[in-house]
Amino acid sequence: MTLIQILIFAGLGLGSVVLLPTSWRRWIWLSFSLVAVYWLQPGTPIRNLDFWFPSASILFTLLCWAATQYSEPLSKRSWQGLLLASASIAAVGLTRYFNPLCCLIPTRPPPFWQIGIFLVIGLTLILLIRRQVIRRPWLLDSISLLLILFFILLKSPVLGQAVSAALRSQSSQSVELASAADLSWLGFSYVAFRLLHSLRDARAGRLPAMELDEYLSYVLFWSTYTAGPIDRLQRFSTDLRQALNQKVSLVFDPHNPVWRGIWRILWGIFKKFALADTLALIALNEINASQITSTGWLWLFLYAFGLRIYLDFSGYTDIAIGLGNLIGLKLPENFDRPYLKSNLTAFWNSWHITLAQWLRSYFFNPVTRSMRGAKKPLPAWSVIWIAQVSTMGLIGLWHGITWNFLIWGAWHGIGLFIHNRWLEWQRTHASTPALPSWRLKFSSGLSWFLTFHFVTLGWVWFALPDFAQAIIVFRLLFGL
Amino acid sequence: MDSTASASQAPNFWIRVLVKAGILFALLNILWIFFDPMPVLGKLSLYNTVIPGRVRLPYGENPTVAYNLSLYNLPAMFASHELAGAPKSSTEYRVILIGDSSTWGYLLRPENTLSAYINAQQLRFSDGRTVHAYNLGYPVMSLTKDVLILSKAMEYQPDMLIWLVTLESFPRSKQLFPPLLQNNPAAVRQLITSYHLDLNPSDSNLIEGDFFQKTLVGQRKAVGDWLRLQIYGIPWAATGIDQEIPVRYTPRQEDLSADISFHGLQPPALPEGALALDVLSAGMRLTGETPVLLINEPVFISQGKNSDLRYNFYYPRWAYDAYRDMLVRIASEQGWQYIDLWNRIDSKEFTNSAVHMSPAGTQELARLIGSAIQDSKQP
Repeated sequence: MTLIQILIFAGLGLGSVVLLPTSWRRWIWLSFSLVAVYWLQPGTPIRNLDFWFPSASILFTLLCWAATQYSEPLSKRSWQGLLLASASIAAVGLTRYFNPLCCLIPTRPPPFWQIGIFLVIGLTLILLIRRQVIRRPWLLDSISLLLILFFILLKSPVLGQAVSAALRSQSSQSVELASAADLSWLGFSYVAFRLLHSLRDARAGRLPAMELDEYLSYVLFWSTYTAGPIDRLQRFSTDLRQALNQKVSLVFDPHNPVWRGIWRILWGIFKKFALADTLALIALNEINASQITSTGWLWLFLYAFGLRIYLDFSGYTDIAIGLGNLIGLKLPENFDRPYLKSNLTAFWNSWHITLAQWLRSYFFNPVTRSMRGAKKPLPAWSVIWIAQVSTMGLIGLWHGITWNFLIWGAWHGIGLFIHNRWLEWQRTHASTPALPSWRLKFSSGLSWFLTFHFVTLGWVWFALPDFAQAIIVFRLLFGL
Repeated sequence: MDSTASASQAPNFWIRVLVKAGILFALLNILWIFFDPMPVLGKLSLYNTVIPGRVRLPYGENPTVAYNLSLYNLPAMFASHELAGAPKSSTEYRVILIGDSSTWGYLLRPENTLSAYINAQQLRFSDGRTVHAYNLGYPVMSLTKDVLILSKAMEYQPDMLIWLVTLESFPRSKQLFPPLLQNNPAAVRQLITSYHLDLNPSDSNLIEGDFFQKTLVGQRKAVGDWLRLQIYGIPWAATGIDQEIPVRYTPRQEDLSADISFHGLQPPALPEGALALDVLSAGMRLTGETPVLLINEPVFISQGKNSDLRYNFYYPRWAYDAYRDMLVRIASEQGWQYIDLWNRIDSKEFTNSAVHMSPAGTQELARLIGSAIQDSKQP
């Protein structure tokens, strides 16, 4: 999000709760989200992809809603939601023919007949899903697998390049220039996780009945679309229902959500645009890693990277939460001073909290349960080893399917395993005599120091795309 | 507080907040105009304190890769230079180099620039002083730009100035073309009036900011550039890189156009009035008692198509020959130390333009200049 986009979102959000009747909010907010999906999407070198990506986000959301809710009769509200979503796609497409409106997406939308076919196919799929032509578990699993497949295609540099080449060939563009970077589908990582969460909960019978407009708002909500947090549908919908009817006061009061929201947005803007963007100039990257020859400078650049990534991401989260506050929504926190934590488990409980919780719920816990419930259960330590390393490996791969991201995930997985074993050893072996306060302070400071530097060193894998380069950087960091 | 009352008071509160914020913001901007803090701000620098000074003036078109950027705040530019952090010792013979991109070292790493190669010679005089050369070249061709930098360089107690010039810096019509001059109108006007230069102090190229442009909001880019200059000092210090040097570049033009005009002038005569000789003269006067070595810098001499008409992309033969004759004559009349090195570097040592040289070419030029420096101290 740019500064202008943030200010427009803030103005529209605040205006909608101050100026409009509460009965309008539901549809106004959904309309904002549906338009924002297009507006936030950056330009892509492949023709019309900046229209098709947001449209696909909306279509996926509609299909997942249909798949998770198809036992419920289609209510009037859901019909209205379906109509609004389809009309949004069509309206953005029609801007192709109205020059003054053509700036909503970076390039001109495709010809309308293509959009018409897209809508017909989409609506037919929804109809087929609702007619229950496929057995429900199969359907939910198939859509989940499809989302994962898309995820792999977008996150893998090799596959992404192949897809880009195919799309370029299809649109008569130069195949030689194909790159995975062509497939910059904004927000897909977060959309996919929200959709997978609802599909898995529906599979487990945990998903409550949900009108389409609420589901669309949950998946595509304008402030969380680009960078999270990854909320849970049940929590979001409860909060949304309250916000829809809540009277908003503008009176100055530190506890007033509007004021909290404004403060949070300003703080987030400062963190992201002033601090993080400045640190980006001196943060470790692929280019400067090979130019720096002194250990001291390299440590400085590595610290700058660690701070930058935190301030950038948490700044965006502050902005997203603040924008939610303006309309009375309480979005979940994603960061809780992670660099001040004195062990790695606490760090991961306070860094990208919603992603970690998601993977805990849908991967770590099921994997652990299945291994513990096996006929020949594995020893406890090996269950923890497998679950920790594979979960963190997945978190690594979520950022991109490369060796270095995988190693970064495994680095943390191993760290978490070691910390777990250390706690276990302490519990069973170490006596706990009352320690003098200086020793407690020293121990706590040392724990923080080790945790911070373990995390910081891990960023080497994250910052650099190449294994060999990362090794060279490690050697220089330790003067080897 | 009663919620109804609160709600009714809320708009007044917000109006008060907005009015106060607006007044404070306007006041800050007016104070900014009144105090014009940019020159003072420019002198505040991380360079030469937290990080080492740059070995050449800041200039860069791609800051994220070059760790360098172009800005127009002269105090900030000089404060970032190693010269600003180098107190002159009794054993130093301080030589300051003034010139264009060739002197600055376009496509050359800092250790391959002219000043670096002069320093590498470790020239020492009989009085025990060692030559230390400082690079104050700046990559645009204009004598007025050279004189502006020269005027600032005099604050750093040079023992000698080496001023490398080429004909392309002389046309009067392009004197005020460089953005560095256009964005420092007061300093340029002062030079024009102090030295009675034949340039228009009201030239439309000189950017005179309006009321808005003098506010903090109007100067946000200047403030941002100053901040970025400080930040980019860190990667500069860590890597020693201050320029994006591409692996491949388009080489200097070998085959030339048949056009023999030079900035609209036709042979046979090169009128003195068309060249900014008064600016050159002003620069020589500005230095006072400090010796100046004026050098006609080496240029690429083409052997390609139409090389019988032109020496290179810049110069038709007739104009360049006339310029060389003119410079020799004027230097002799004025008693200036002048050497003409126009053809002293092998053609193959020129890189992407008729004045940019390879490290080997620059090293050879440094050797020639080193000899000239030593000769200048002979009794």
